[in-house]
Amino acid sequence: MNLEFFLDPNRCIGCQSCVAACSECDTHRGHSMIHLEYVDRPISVQTVPVVCMHCDSPTCAEVCPADAIKRTGDGVVQTARKPRCIACNNCVLACPFGVPKMKTEFSLMMKCDMCYDRTSAGLKPMCASVCPSGALYFGTREEIEQLRPRSQPVNTFQFGQQTITTKVHMMVPRDSGIQNVDVLSAMNEEPVARMDVFDEIDA
Amino acid sequence: MKSTPDQLSVPPDGRPYHDQPQWRNDFPIDWPQDELVARRDFTKFLVLTSFAFVVGQLWIVFENFARKRRGQPPVRRVTRADAIPIGGSLVFEYPAAHDICILVRTGPQHYVAFNQKCTHLSCAVVPEVAKKRFYCPCHNGSFDLESGIPIAGPPRRPLERILLEIRDADLYAVGIEVRA
Repeated sequence: MNLEFFLDPNRCIGCQSCVAACSECDTHRGHSMIHLEYVDRPISVQTVPVVCMHCDSPTCAEVCPADAIKRTGDGVVQTARKPRCIACNNCVLACPFGVPKMKTEFSLMMKCDMCYDRTSAGLKPMCASVCPSGALYFGTREEIEQLRPRSQPVNTFQFGQQTITTKVHMMVPRDSGIQNVDVLSAMNEEPVARMDVFDEIDA
Repeated sequence: MKSTPDQLSVPPDGRPYHDQPQWRNDFPIDWPQDELVARRDFTKFLVLTSFAFVVGQLWIVFENFARKRRGQPPVRRVTRADAIPIGGSLVFEYPAAHDICILVRTGPQHYVAFNQKCTHLSCAVVPEVAKKRFYCPCHNGSFDLESGIPIAGPPRRPLERILLEIRDADLYAVGIEVRA
C-alpha cells in the first residue's frame, strides 16, 4: 500500500489542530514543525497549512554548507543531523516553501519530517490524523481520487527558473488548469496602503 | 560512482549521477549513500593514516637530532647573586624574551631556576619556599622546589630546569635541561 501525503489548502479552516498535534509527535516533541500561514490576513481568513514537500532535489540540502541535511531512502528529507548542523540558516532562507525552522536554542535546523516515527511504521502523520476538514490527507491515490473527484494532485512547482518536483502532493481544481505564480514578480510590487485594500473590498 | 536505486534524489540540473561533478558523489543528499563507507575508501583511510603516523615518527627523530645539534642557548646574565635574599625569588626571561623563568635562592650558596610554565597547561607556577614546592594555582599542581619534579596534582612531567652558574658574584643562566 503506497501511502502519500495530499495537501488541500482550499479545505483549510485555520483551526490550528495540526499545529497542536504536530508538537505531540515524538520526532520533535514539544516543537510544532507545521506552518499555518494566513494568505492575506487583513482581507481574508483563509489559511494554508505548510508541511515539508520533500523535494526530489531538496534545495535545503543543496545549499547546506555542512552536509547536514539528508534524505532517507523513502524520500523523506530529515531534520538536519545534529553533529553536523552549524545553524547557519542557509536552508531556512533557501527553501522555496519556507519549511525549515531554525531552533537557536539547540543550534539546529528542525523541519517537518512527515512524523518519521509514524509514517515509517505505516501510521498517518500527526497533522493528517487530526485535520477535521481533510486539508491534510494521508492515504492512497485511489482514496484521494474518490474523496476529491474534482481535484487533481500536483507535485511540480515553478519558482522562478527552478522546477521542483515533490513527494507531497498539492490538490488543485481539475478543470482550471495549473497556474504557477511568478514569485520573483513580488520584488517589483509597489507597497499598497492597507486602507486602499479595504476600499477595494467595499467597492 | 554509478547511479544506484539508493540515490533517489535528483541533482538540480536533472542529469544522471555519472555526469555530475565529483563533489556531488562525495557529499550525497541521500542518507543511504551518506552512511556508506566503501571498502576502498576505508582502505585508503587506513593507508593514509598509517603513513601519517610514520611521517610523524620520522619528524620526532629529526627534531631530536636537530635539538642536539642546536646545543644550548647563549649564556645570559641574570642578576647579582646576593641581590636576592635567602628564600627570595626572581622572575627573568631566558633564553628569549617572553620565556618566563623563575629563580629561587634556597640557601646561602644554593640557587635553583625553572621555566615558570606548568607542564600541565602552561599556567605560571608560584614558588612556595616554606612548603618546599612550586604551586600551580590553576589545577592545584605542585612541583618539588629543589628538583622541579611533580609531586601532586595533574602535572606529569618535571619543570624545565635552567642551568645556573655563578661567575664573579654574578648569576648566569647557561642552558636548559629538558627532562621527560
